[in-house]
Amino acid sequence: MSNRPKGIVMRALKSMLAVLWFPAASAFAEPEHPFLSPTNIFAPASTPAYSIFDLSLFVLEVTAAIFLVVFSLLAYVVVKFRKKAVSDGREPAQVYGSTQLELAWTVIPILIVVTLFLAAARVIASIQNAARPSNAIEVTVIGHQFWWEYRYPSLKVVTANELHVPVSDPAHPTPTFLTLLSADTDHSFWVPRLAGKTDLIPNHPNSMWIDPHETGLYLGQCAQYCGTQHAKMLLRVYVDSRDDFDRWIQEQRQPAHLSDVASQGRHIFEITACINCHAVAGTVANGRFGPDLTHLMSRQTIASGVAKNTIGNLIAWIYKPDVFKPGCEMPSMGLSVQQSAAVAAYLVTLR
Amino acid sequence: MSTESIAWRAPQAAARPLVDKLHEWVTTVDHKRLGILYITYALFFLIIGGIEATVLRIQLIRPHNHFVPPQVFNRMFTMHGTTMIFFVAMPVLFGFANYLVPLMIGARDMAFPRLNAFSFWMTAFGGLLLYFSLLGANGLYGAGNAPDVGWFAYAPLTSLAFSPGHSTDYWTLSLLVSGFGSIGTAINIIATILCMRCPGMTLEKMPLLAWLNLVMAGLVILAVSPLTAAQIMLLIDRYLGGHFFDTQAGGSAVMWMHFFWVFGHPEVYVLVIPAFAFASEIIPVFSRKAIFGYPVMVAATICIGFIGMSVWAHHMFTVGMSSSANTFFVLSTMAIAVPTGIKIFNWLATMWGGQIDFKTPMLFCVAFLFQFLIAGLTGIMLGSAPFDWQLGNSYFVVAHFHYVIVGGILFTLFGAFYYWFPKMSGRMYNEKLGRLHFWLFIIGFHLTFDFMHIPGILGMPRRIYTYEPGRGWDVWNLIVTIGVVFQAAGVLVFIGNLLWSYFRGELAGSDPWDAWTLEWSTSSPPPAYNFGSIPTVRSRRPLWDLKHPDDPDWKYE
Repeated sequence: MSNRPKGIVMRALKSMLAVLWFPAASAFAEPEHPFLSPTNIFAPASTPAYSIFDLSLFVLEVTAAIFLVVFSLLAYVVVKFRKKAVSDGREPAQVYGSTQLELAWTVIPILIVVTLFLAAARVIASIQNAARPSNAIEVTVIGHQFWWEYRYPSLKVVTANELHVPVSDPAHPTPTFLTLLSADTDHSFWVPRLAGKTDLIPNHPNSMWIDPHETGLYLGQCAQYCGTQHAKMLLRVYVDSRDDFDRWIQEQRQPAHLSDVASQGRHIFEITACINCHAVAGTVANGRFGPDLTHLMSRQTIASGVAKNTIGNLIAWIYKPDVFKPGCEMPSMGLSVQQSAAVAAYLVTLR
Repeated sequence: MSTESIAWRAPQAAARPLVDKLHEWVTTVDHKRLGILYITYALFFLIIGGIEATVLRIQLIRPHNHFVPPQVFNRMFTMHGTTMIFFVAMPVLFGFANYLVPLMIGARDMAFPRLNAFSFWMTAFGGLLLYFSLLGANGLYGAGNAPDVGWFAYAPLTSLAFSPGHSTDYWTLSLLVSGFGSIGTAINIIATILCMRCPGMTLEKMPLLAWLNLVMAGLVILAVSPLTAAQIMLLIDRYLGGHFFDTQAGGSAVMWMHFFWVFGHPEVYVLVIPAFAFASEIIPVFSRKAIFGYPVMVAATICIGFIGMSVWAHHMFTVGMSSSANTFFVLSTMAIAVPTGIKIFNWLATMWGGQIDFKTPMLFCVAFLFQFLIAGLTGIMLGSAPFDWQLGNSYFVVAHFHYVIVGGILFTLFGAFYYWFPKMSGRMYNEKLGRLHFWLFIIGFHLTFDFMHIPGILGMPRRIYTYEPGRGWDVWNLIVTIGVVFQAAGVLVFIGNLLWSYFRGELAGSDPWDAWTLEWSTSSPPPAYNFGSIPTVRSRRPLWDLKHPDDPDWKYE
């Protein structure tokens, strides 16, 4: 709290004026520059998120109408029937009930409820029962404490923490279907602009789908408490043009690009327990507990989106993972700073 | 805090040493004393749970804050949730039920006074057991300390593999122990209401508070039993090699969710129905009118009880149920809005045409009506499954259920405290301090929980110990934390008011509110035996009949 930025009151006031009422806020939402936040649920950019958004607006309109009616009635009663300053000491007329009135405020809510229910049922069916087209990309998402594993079984690609999917033209959709698994505890995949969240539960395979309409980076994070570092299990979804996506797939399918420049670091990496958890395709490293590092440098972040993928951050991460994620599953291997730097020098060759 | 009648209190109180008085309180089977024990115990834990909430809010005041490490944060939200539900909300409501139900139905005690005492002490030791984890849970792995699995403790995070040490065991055992206490109290309330009503008080002439507590007690038995069963299954998993929830050996994590929420959702109604009960007693008295539509109010409550048992899986819209299951739970969830709406309209109609006197209890009840309206509407948003796929497990949900529990339940509870304090203590509270408490608390409440909806809409999940800058969540979290200051100040004023008034307040007399139910016909505080002679009633408002012999209620009911 010591270095709170100045002008925060002004910022708060401005923001409060902007978000007086949720529908008003959503009216400003643009997919390209989402209003207020890159994870605003009212800035949809994919069909499931759009369907939910439309339903949300309908529910918000209905609830806003109910709110206005009942709030006005309550406010009227509170103002109108206050005890008078001068009272004649007599009790007001006692009314014990009214069948007509009570019937009215039973039947009208039932009608509203039926309407809301039907609207919701339609969207549930449209999202959950959507057919999987033959050209859909299939990705298996495996939640780990505290990172994401992505496997493209038909494309033979394994990567971690940064999901790449092709953009989908609404006229010719190429959706991506995600199979959701968990290696340990419960997690939840939530990228608000692309779709609602679905949990990853061990022994309980789930699925969901997205078809992003615009290229770009979409953010999110784990939305089911999964342990100590639940907060730093961030999601990054890169929506690429079809060409970029195909190129990315081609690169990811290659074995590791190995060179002799960092042989010392590679040696340390391969004689330490690193290889128990990490895989580098084409080398002895074939661990499965941690992220696949074959193309580590094709990723912009490390530690599940927590830090930029720079050599400095890699050294710090290898030397002492707790700096970024206290309580994460990657142990400090007891390497010296020099050894950590050597390993990092090896890792940055993995393009 | 003596509750004996004024007639014989003075000479005895002077003669008894403190240790004798303490002994009397510890061994008491008097429903009024047990009620006060429950309430005092809950107030103590309210302060503990409030401190935990404050730690959470300080940590979240800005992104990447380092006030507490992640492990401590996770323990804090687990303890905050568990404490507030099991050791504040339930005991305080049981306390009021214990104190008021026999008095309002003209009985001299609960049906099973010893079971009553046993239940209280089970609950009390349950709470102590939870907090003993801070001392006793450092297991072999040093991974003990307070539990950190969240208050709904989803499997398999609670399995030995992910939760070594004993912290989860303390959590399980404490809920197991206090659960037996809750079931005991529920049986007692049901037996008391069904068997101990005074002559003339048929079921349809019972005060609404008794009716609502009857429904609440039924729900407790139905809801707490599966939770207790699940806790035993979890213990079997952890210590006897069972695999109920052990996903690595074929167990089911989803089964735990069903077990938990088939308790967890009715639990919401266990808490909110007594709050409705307070509102149903306070609003008529301060509007000077009979409750509008008594039979419909009873029917709506029973309806809430029944439908409330069939909505649990709306907590699980994101766990991948089939589309037909999701659709069913949307329908049942939204259906519950109908009886709840009836209640709001009937309270409104009760106030209509009345002479509303805005004493502190009524202030809290009117605020409750406004806030519960909003809580209900955000509930409809969350009940719409697709909307919930976005809002579920976000700060929007946190804001929603705090709107129910604080804006609804705690507000009526504060109203109930001020309304029945004169009866329990024999003295009036300070009206000015009461109003100060109200305004501080309502400002704090709205700062905190109105603005908490927004980060949820902007994609902030719950239970994160820190967050990234640049997500647009910073300002909202700052405002939310500022609200805590006002709420804390309000609660301090409240407790100060109770203490000051207990020693210095004006004498209240037996009926300070010119009210209509039986508890106001006996002295304040009531004698140990409640009524010199068991009253006979002819209507729902026996004291109205007494005060208006020319125009009694029984002519119209």
